Amino acid sequence: MDFELTAEQRAVRDLCREFAREEIAPRAAHLDRSEEFPYELVAAMGRLGLFALPFAPEVGGAGGDFISYCLALEEVARADAACAITLEAAVSLGITPMVLYATPEQRGRWLPALLAGERLWAYGLTEPGSGSDAAGLESRAEPDGEELVITGRKAFITNAGTEISAGVTVAVITGWEGSRKRISLLAVERGTPGYTVGPRYRKLGWHASDTRELAFESCRVPRANLIGTEGRGLEQFLHILEWGRVAIAALSVGLAQACLDQCLRYVPERRQFGVPIARFQATQFKLADMATQIEAARLLTWRAAALVDAGKPPGVHASMAKLHASEVATACANQAVQIHGGAGFIEDLPVARYYRDAKVGEIGEGTSEVQRILIARALLGAAVEES
Amino acid sequence: MDIAVCVKQIPDPNTPGELDPTTHRLRREGVDAVLDPGDEFGIEAGLALAEAHGGEVRVVSMGPERSVEAIRKALAMGAAGGVLVADPALVGADALTTARVLAAAIRRGPFDLVITSTESTDGYTGVVPQAIAELLGIPAVTFARSVSFDGSTLTVRRQTENGTETVEAGLPCVLSVTAGVNAPRYPSLRGIMAARSKPLDRLSLNDLDVQLGEVDQEIVRVEPAPQRKGGEVVADDGTGAQRILELLRQAKVI
Repeated sequence: MDFELTAEQRAVRDLCREFAREEIAPRAAHLDRSEEFPYELVAAMGRLGLFALPFAPEVGGAGGDFISYCLALEEVARADAACAITLEAAVSLGITPMVLYATPEQRGRWLPALLAGERLWAYGLTEPGSGSDAAGLESRAEPDGEELVITGRKAFITNAGTEISAGVTVAVITGWEGSRKRISLLAVERGTPGYTVGPRYRKLGWHASDTRELAFESCRVPRANLIGTEGRGLEQFLHILEWGRVAIAALSVGLAQACLDQCLRYVPERRQFGVPIARFQATQFKLADMATQIEAARLLTWRAAALVDAGKPPGVHASMAKLHASEVATACANQAVQIHGGAGFIEDLPVARYYRDAKVGEIGEGTSEVQRILIARALLGAAVEES
Repeated sequence: MDIAVCVKQIPDPNTPGELDPTTHRLRREGVDAVLDPGDEFGIEAGLALAEAHGGEVRVVSMGPERSVEAIRKALAMGAAGGVLVADPALVGADALTTARVLAAAIRRGPFDLVITSTESTDGYTGVVPQAIAELLGIPAVTFARSVSFDGSTLTVRRQTENGTETVEAGLPCVLSVTAGVNAPRYPSLRGIMAARSKPLDRLSLNDLDVQLGEVDQEIVRVEPAPQRKGGEVVADDGTGAQRILELLRQAKVI
């Protein structure tokens, strides 16, 4: 066993760290306050190659591995979680399904601009009535000659409504086998009549990211827009979500690290009772716990990412990484505010933003509860399956 | 145009440096090592010239084995190949030895232009570029603030003590560039992956025609730089402006 990163992984991490520190971090507070979508930073991340990072050169990728992608997400999130989720959703949810399931023709049509970060592609699974119960989705696509007609709504969708959003892959019901839904993935280009993008939600955190509700009313797309095999949508999106969990874990590690970074800057400066608060064990123990939890979360993330790189399903390790890392992020944000005292409650320092940005990590791409169900199911197997 | 760019891996300048009290050398163990940020300007200058006028950039470095990481960063930025001279006998090499080694390594390949920074961010001797030029028998154009090339002549605006001067030089020559001569590009992630397959030659002293003679330069003593005096705070009690005028006159700036 070897916990060392390769020379390339280190180079990716160092480059992303430098880029995030120089280009993203100085803009993070403004983006949070203004809720402006970071077009310039998305373009810069595109020039760096971040959107192409974990994909093979044969499909136009940069040829990096999944661990490198996780290192990149950690560093971007360390500077700004909203930029990180924009990148993560574009790569894990927008591009990955196309790389895995799209035909060469579909890839040729959409992928080059997406891999360059010039356009963004969204992924629509969640609906107003189906969140954790993802398979409970109700959006449907009825065949009509060579077209499919989509009706339904999607909720909490990232990257669908920006000026550079090119389209969305939606999970829809395309038929029934008795009482079983046939679910399929369908690509819908922006501007298709009947596809409307709602206003941006006002969110607790991730202010600069683009999150909206989507509506489909008699929205006609050609059959050729099916991504992958008709009727296999469920297993496809479960696969996509499994990889996505690892990416969200990496993002959470970055946010948790940002909390610790800020505390380490603050505690030698802040004086109480005549000494820096770094001298108090009450402070030291909090920092020691944060550092330990962050390292544990990082190693769980790398473990799951290494499985992806080895061509194995990350499965329960993805759930453990996502569960632990997202809870570590909220715990670190909580302690970071506590260490900063009143200053932590004021928006002049970044810890208040970290606190707001952390919570959604326990919700998006599978709640902590869903992760625990998956982990328990792996432990107990058939014993808990309904007869 | 074939361009050789000299680069150096140094202890991360963002971490506080420490001198070994007996050798007076910078401690390098246990400190993150990075490509000298000053070298990024030279790499960028080389890449920009090669992109505009054809040719390739080759980076040349002397240092311990782990300096390959600095070379890889240059390769990820777009350099075509790299040379590292690593040899235990070169630990603590002085400026002239460094120049001899770099010049010998440069001479192994074709070159029309050698680009360096004005000095390294750790050692600061600032004499290596000129020494390389002398050893190669070509002119040195130093402290470039801007560089242009018309296909045959380099036009360089140089930083001088009093301002700038513009000089022209034919090739081959050695060009040292100041920080700020350009805005160095980030390496790209594709570049990092591509760096894997670019040629990186590792050489030792045996591969070069360099004889290490007696020590040319020895650091005898190290003293802290004299502390600067703190400034004077002028409290404005109504005569503040007068007092500031007086101080500026004393300083002969007005």
